[in-house]
Amino acid sequence: MNFRLTTLALLLAGPAFAEGELKVYHWFEYIPQELVDKFTAETGIAVTIDTYDSNEAMLASLKAGKLGQYDVAVPGDYMVQIMAAEGLLDSFAREELPNFANIDPKWIDVPFDPGRQSSIPYQWGTTAFSVNRDVYQGDIGSLAIIFDPPEELKGRINVLDSQGEVLALASIYMGLPQCSTDKTQLKALSDMLVAAKANWASFGSDTAKDVLVSGDAAAGMIYNGFSAKARAEGANVEYAYPKEGMVVWMDNMVLLKDAPNRENALKFMNFLLEPENAAAVTNYAAYTSGVIGVEPFLDEAIKSSPETNPPASAPTGSFVLVCDEATQKLYDAIWINLKK
Amino acid sequence: MAGIADQTPATGDDSYRRIVAPLLLPTWAVIGIFLVLPVGLMAVYSFLTKEFRGGVDWQFSLAAYDQFFLNRGLFGDEPPVLEWTYITIFWRSIWQAVVATLLCLAIGFPTAWFIATRPAHSRGVWLFLITIPYWVNLLIRTVSLKFLIRDNGPLNEALLGIGLIDGPLPLVNTNLAVQLGLFYSYLPFMVLPIYAAVERYNFALSEAAADLYASRWVTLREIVLPIVKPGIVAGCLLVFIPSLGAFLAPDLLGGAKNFMIGSLIDEQFKGSLGNWPFGAAVSMILMTLVMIALLLYARSAAKGGAA
Repeated sequence: MNFRLTTLALLLAGPAFAEGELKVYHWFEYIPQELVDKFTAETGIAVTIDTYDSNEAMLASLKAGKLGQYDVAVPGDYMVQIMAAEGLLDSFAREELPNFANIDPKWIDVPFDPGRQSSIPYQWGTTAFSVNRDVYQGDIGSLAIIFDPPEELKGRINVLDSQGEVLALASIYMGLPQCSTDKTQLKALSDMLVAAKANWASFGSDTAKDVLVSGDAAAGMIYNGFSAKARAEGANVEYAYPKEGMVVWMDNMVLLKDAPNRENALKFMNFLLEPENAAAVTNYAAYTSGVIGVEPFLDEAIKSSPETNPPASAPTGSFVLVCDEATQKLYDAIWINLKK
Repeated sequence: MAGIADQTPATGDDSYRRIVAPLLLPTWAVIGIFLVLPVGLMAVYSFLTKEFRGGVDWQFSLAAYDQFFLNRGLFGDEPPVLEWTYITIFWRSIWQAVVATLLCLAIGFPTAWFIATRPAHSRGVWLFLITIPYWVNLLIRTVSLKFLIRDNGPLNEALLGIGLIDGPLPLVNTNLAVQLGLFYSYLPFMVLPIYAAVERYNFALSEAAADLYASRWVTLREIVLPIVKPGIVAGCLLVFIPSLGAFLAPDLLGGAKNFMIGSLIDEQFKGSLGNWPFGAAVSMILMTLVMIALLLYARSAAKGGAA
């Protein structure tokens, strides 16, 4: 009896006997389990992962009282800025991350966290669109494919169900600044979107790949890695690099405020900055790492994928900007009007 | 144990209450914790000030209701006029739910009648068959339905194959698909209460009506329907109310092109709009509408019963 109780206690307290624990709040299906196991094997730290399916859901849950229960999270670029403004982030000194020097220099002075006070790059990619080449063979080098589509694609277009990305791409298409407060510009943006919507079949973010693979949609706004997966699943889709520009995004691992295991969090972040480990995430997620020296560890298919190797003529991407409250209200109104 | 066994309820009202009152505590706790508290919280939140990007400031405000009913122009500098945006969304959801309910009634009533008129020993099998699809998660069933009705799915392939149509029927991403999805999701909620009502129906009444030269139609209208009406009403409510707030079917089958009440509320809490008081206010308005409908029904039912 006593023996059994002891065993039970040991089982329940398992992690406590290891070198502590780490609580990760992460996107669904965004880190390979083998990599987590490798971290545990190297450090003895037991890792618990809870998942979320949107930046906003993660923010809502942290604000609703989960702050202090997690050590790290993986917000997108604009969300890092929002979380910092909301006081949800802790900062670290560069010396605390021995591998800090592995970060690609171009990703250190990013607009959403200048100098990388609280975040490290996780994966980055672009958002544009893909076209099924069996259906449409013409030129796809313009966002007009989505916003003013050719006859073959009318009524067969899927658009991301994401306010930030749709409005940013629409602004890029029209050559308007993001976070504009100019009445004429906003009116034009809204009118263009309402007219374009008549040619769209559906809104969907997590279904963006499936509708292309199944043929429900012949073209669709999509993230580059998602398009690579659609291609891998047999859809004859080509990812476009539109001349007007595209959206670039970056997911970042941040150190959360009141992290219960701050030391372990920093160990984990440092671990993810090892080129071999960063490459493991890239091989899994099919986006691009923000760490230098990953090439030798990348799968051949990832290394040569057209979705992550833009042609020289490709435009530079723009991050989705964070507007102030009064301006955001205007964009919210445009989005609601579009979907009412 | 022995003490309780000694006191039989028959010994009097007081001891009966002494035993029953504590036994009811869990019920009160459930109602309090899972009904009163959350709804109360929502009512309070709907009158608070929105915090930018989710959350609330504890400051009284009517902004959420103002946003719902009044349109002050994109820049808030125009004289307020009635806001149609959200009324349109409500109207769309109500319309979809009404159609889904009518579809369920049209298929559910004959189905329930059929099952209730089978020999007693085989009714269980039929009911069992009705419930089988519902062992599977709603999301998976909705996605499967989408596979069936898509342009190059089996339904269209079959219709094309037998030459009934020349091109694929556009079903996915239409209102029809949404109604089909709602109908499919909630059909058993219609069948089961009607079955329960029809099963208790005394078929001798139909025979008596026939003896008195009532046509089948008159029998149905004057005898059967009034008797099974509670089952029909229960079924309609059980289908209508969840259809009203549904967002799986509209999102997956309808292509999420237009907000429904459910997705509008969802977007306020989980989406980029992040306006909790407004989400709470929309929920309260929806609840009020449903409550009014139920009260009106209850009043007319009471009058009908008295007459």
